[in-house]
Amino acid sequence: MGWTLLILLVVLTVVHGNPTVMVRTGSGPTVGFDQHPNSVPLGEDIQTTTEVVEEVMTTGVLNPSHYPARRAATVVQHYLNTRYGSPYRWIFLSTVHSGSAEVGVEVEDQHTLGSVSGQCSAELFFPGGEGQSAPQVQASCEGLHQSNTTAQEEAFYQQHRASNNLVSGNNIPDSYGHMEPSMKPFWQLGGVASSFIMLRESNESTLYNMAQVANFTQLETEKDQLRFNYHVLLHEMISQEIIHWKLLVTWSPEQGVQVLQTELQPKCHHCEAPPNTTN
Amino acid sequence: MMMLGLGSVGLVLLSLAVQSGHGAQDSAVWSREETTERNYYTRYHNMSEITAWMEQMKRENPDVVSSMVYGQTYERRNITLLKIGLSSTVRKKAIWMDCGIHAREWIAPAFCQYFVREILRTYKTDTKVNEMMKNLDFYITPVLNVDGYIYSWHNESTRLWRKSRSPGTGGCTCYGTDLNRNFYANWGMVGVSTDCCSETYCGTKALSESEAWAVTDMLGKMREDILAFLTIHSYSQLILVPYGHPNISAPNYDELMEVGLGAAKAIKAVHGMDYTVGTSPDVLYANSGSSRDFARLIGIPLSFTFELRDKGEHGFELPEDQIQPTCEEAYAGAQHIITYTHDKAFYSYAATVTATLWTTLLAAWVSSAILL
Repeated sequence: MGWTLLILLVVLTVVHGNPTVMVRTGSGPTVGFDQHPNSVPLGEDIQTTTEVVEEVMTTGVLNPSHYPARRAATVVQHYLNTRYGSPYRWIFLSTVHSGSAEVGVEVEDQHTLGSVSGQCSAELFFPGGEGQSAPQVQASCEGLHQSNTTAQEEAFYQQHRASNNLVSGNNIPDSYGHMEPSMKPFWQLGGVASSFIMLRESNESTLYNMAQVANFTQLETEKDQLRFNYHVLLHEMISQEIIHWKLLVTWSPEQGVQVLQTELQPKCHHCEAPPNTTN
Repeated sequence: MMMLGLGSVGLVLLSLAVQSGHGAQDSAVWSREETTERNYYTRYHNMSEITAWMEQMKRENPDVVSSMVYGQTYERRNITLLKIGLSSTVRKKAIWMDCGIHAREWIAPAFCQYFVREILRTYKTDTKVNEMMKNLDFYITPVLNVDGYIYSWHNESTRLWRKSRSPGTGGCTCYGTDLNRNFYANWGMVGVSTDCCSETYCGTKALSESEAWAVTDMLGKMREDILAFLTIHSYSQLILVPYGHPNISAPNYDELMEVGLGAAKAIKAVHGMDYTVGTSPDVLYANSGSSRDFARLIGIPLSFTFELRDKGEHGFELPEDQIQPTCEEAYAGAQHIITYTHDKAFYSYAATVTATLWTTLLAAWVSSAILL
C-alpha cells in the first residue's frame, strides 16, 4: 500500500479543431460519482505544483521513454479531456521529455493534423492498496489557447439542440479507420466522455485509449443540454482487453461534457463462436 | 451553417478528410485485384486478396519470388511466406519478417505487402537493394494468424479480434490463444493470463498453437542462416528489443539498442514520427512467450518487434490515408536494420579476409627483406 506521487510537466496538443483552454467560471464539468478534483480556474494550480516539488525531489527522475511516464502522461491526458474536452477539442499527447532541473517530464504532442501545442504541468497521485480509487490529478496549462473553438461549438450546439432531428451513428471509425466528416464531432465527444471512465479506471498498471464508438444515439435535449447514449469500446493496453461501456452523456458549450451514468457491459463469450462462413 | 463557422484549422481537417476518401468507394472505380494501380498499397486487403496478391508477385517476378507453405492454422488454412532474393548456387543468409500475428493489427500485413512491393520495385535500379537481394533471401509472411485475420474481417463486431481461433479447453468456452505468448521463450512466466477468455491467454502449453509451431519449425531449420528477425505489430510507435522478461538481458543488448535507435532515427526522418526504443518491460509491459524472444534465444542476433502507428487516437483502426506514410517510415526503419545486418555479415568478413591477406603479405615481405 502506498501512494505514488508523480509530477509531470506536460506539453499537449489539442487535436481536431481549434484548441482553446477556456477557464470555466462557476460549475465546470463534473462527474456524477466518485471523488473528482474541484474545478479550479487556470493559474491557481501553478502554486500548488511548486509547493509539492520539494517533497518529490527525493523520488528521482522518471525516464521519459519508459512506461511509468507514458502511463502517467496518458492519465493526465484523460484528466485534461474531462476538464476541457468538447466535440471540437480532444486532447492528445505523444512524446515525453525529461526535465533536468526538476522531477518531472514534459510531454509534447507533435500531431501532424494542424493542431496546436500547449504546455501543462501536472501532479498525479495513484492511490495504492485495497479499494482502488481514481487517480488524483491537478494540472495547469498555458499555450493551448491559440485558437477559439467557441464558434464551431456554438454552431454545432444550435444545429443539434432542436429535437426534431435527433442524430445517431455507429462504428466510428469503421474497420478501415474511416468516418464521415459529420460524425467526427460525435467521435470526439465520445472520446472526451470516455476520458471520464478511463481516468477513473486508471492505475499504474493500465493504459487506456478509446478504440471505437460502437454506436451513439441522441436523446431529447433537456435543460439546454444535448444528451446522448453512447456505447464505446475502450482498449486497455496492458491486458489488451476491449472493454465495453455504455454512457449517458450531456454537453453544452456552457456546461461542458458531463457523464451522468456509466454501465460496464459484460464481455460476450458466446459471441466468439465461429460464424458459419466460408472465407 | 457549420461550414461558415469553421476556422482555418478546421478547414484543413475537413479537406484532409475529403481527400483521403474511403477505400471501399475507391474500389468501385478500380478493380481490387489489380495491384498495378498505385492506390492498391493505400488500402487494407482481406485474406483472399492477399493470397491473390502473393500469386501475382510470383507471376510477375518469377526469377526472384517463390512461395512456401510452412504450416497450417487451427482451421487448416495454409500459412504462406514469400521467399524473395536473387537465385544463387550457394546457400544464402536470410532476413525474416512476419506480419499479422495479431489479427486486428491490420496495418502490419499492409506493411508486409508494401515492403515486398518496394524491394521488388527497386532492386534492379538501387545498387544497395540489389546487393542485398544478391547476398540475402527475404522470408516474408504477410499474414501469420490467417484464421484470426479472416475473423477480424467478418463484420464490425469481430474487427478487434486478436488471438488465434482455436477453441478453449477444459470447460472454458472462449476462443483463441495469444500467439505472441505461445512461443517457447520463458513461456507462461509473466504478462500472460491462464484464462482462455483473456486476450493474453498463453495457451495450454508452449506451442499449443499450430501457427506458433510453424514459425518455430521454420526458424529452427533456418537458424544458422537468419541474420535478423522482424515481427510487425501495431499500435504504439515502438521498436522493442528482447527480452520481455524484466530480469533477463540479451547478450548484445547494447548492439540491439544502437541499431534500434538508428532505425527510430531513420523513421523520424521520413515523416517526423517518434518511435520509442527499448525492451518491452522498460517501455511497454513485461511479457513472455513472444516470437521475438524465441528468435533471440535460438541465436538470431538481431530480433525486433515493430509497433507501428498510431499512439491511441485511432489505435487498431488506423485510417487508410495513413497506410502509405506509416509504411514509408517503417520501411526506412526496417531497411536500417537490414542494411546493418547485411553489412555486418558481408563487409566484416571481407574486411577480415583483406586484413589477413595484407598481414601475410607484409610478413612475407619483411622476412624476405631480412633474408636478403
